Amino acid sequence: MADFQIKDTVDITDVVCPVTFVKAKVALEELEEGEILSIHMADGEPVQNVPRSIKEEGHQILKLLDNSDGTYDLIVRKVGE
Amino acid sequence: MAVDYSALKAGGFMRQKQKDNFSLRLRTVGGTVTAEQLRTVQAVADEFGEGYIHLTSRQGIEIPFIKLADIEEVKRRLAEGGVETGVCGPRVRTVTACQGGRCCPSGCIDALDLAEKLDARYFGRELNHKFKFGVTGCQNNCLKAEENDFGVKGGVQVAWKEDACIGCGVCVKACRRGAITLEEGKITVDEEKCNNCGRCNRSCPTDAWDVTSGYMVSFGGTFGNNLKFGEGLLPFIRDEETLLRVADATIDFFAENGLPSERFFKTLERVGIDTFKVVVEKAYKGEE
Ligand code: SF4
Ligand code: SF4
Ligand code: SF4
Repeated sequence: MADFQIKDTVDITDVVCPVTFVKAKVALEELEEGEILSIHMADGEPVQNVPRSIKEEGHQILKLLDNSDGTYDLIVRKVGE
Repeated sequence: MAVDYSALKAGGFMRQKQKDNFSLRLRTVGGTVTAEQLRTVQAVADEFGEGYIHLTSRQGIEIPFIKLADIEEVKRRLAEGGVETGVCGPRVRTVTACQGGRCCPSGCIDALDLAEKLDARYFGRELNHKFKFGVTGCQNNCLKAEENDFGVKGGVQVAWKEDACIGCGVCVKACRRGAITLEEGKITVDEEKCNNCGRCNRSCPTDAWDVTSGYMVSFGGTFGNNLKFGEGLLPFIRDEETLLRVADATIDFFAENGLPSERFFKTLERVGIDTFKVVVEKAYKGEE
């Protein structure tokens, strides 16, 4: 994981769709262009759908890390203001 | 003068329980009605109906309480405003479609465009019983493809592009069918499990998939007095020309083999689905 300079992390395991994506989006808005956010999400619907929504917003997904505890960290680079 | 109810029915006027009143069905394709057409519908409903419309289960509009004496005038007014009347009875009915491809991000095909083509080709064609086409843009199946006599569902065939893949693993999770495995940087797709939904490519950060969009067709569905899911008899269809050939062969088969008042699925049961399958397989392959 040393290849990413993670600027901020957001936990979306405490909310349900569609707030999962909204919470991630708000966290991305706080960042500057090019900075990296780690989004902590649960298995199931969030990990099935949130990466796609992030992509559709135009951000760059770098990695999806499986924490092997039913959660994942999606590493995203912010693109555009 | 005797009223020719079947001619009125063919023209979309459906007799109401109230004597000499008709609910007028309008022609729509894929539930699309322009603002201009709506203004005409509004005026007619106000002036000749009872000031309201009814939305049908097949994305259509009906104007209830049109009086027998006003029918000709109503037709004229609608025609002036670019609104056509629909059909009822034993013929090809309204083609339904979702906004897949045009507005919906999940769409694998332009469902409305295809619906317009099917409508232009078959709408109103006389058959032994009603016949319904429906088009849905993807596996989410908002437009319930399998409830139609001829249901079309958009899909994609996917092939992994190794050089564009960053091995992030997003697609493995995005796939609801568990068809994708990622091992040592290599993706494999289990063709048996894949249902052509395209979620892998839509979620992939680098678009590391070659996608070919196309159609999955189901035959002989109905959702009225009888409940029957249309059956998929053919492999994935990759081009519109083949799809239309299959549609032609299906309609012709029904026209030739159907008995009066027999729905398509009944014809298939009586004649044998295997007999029909041979016919559509030939059309699929482009054989005479
Ligand atoms: S069927 Fe698919 S393409 Fe059509 S509206 Fe639903 S999600 Fe969108
Ligand atoms: S098209 Fe759908 S089912 Fe097939 S591999 Fe991709 S996500 Fe899975
Ligand atoms: S989502 Fe795309 S980049 Fe990520 S592993 Fe799958 S194919 Fe590779």
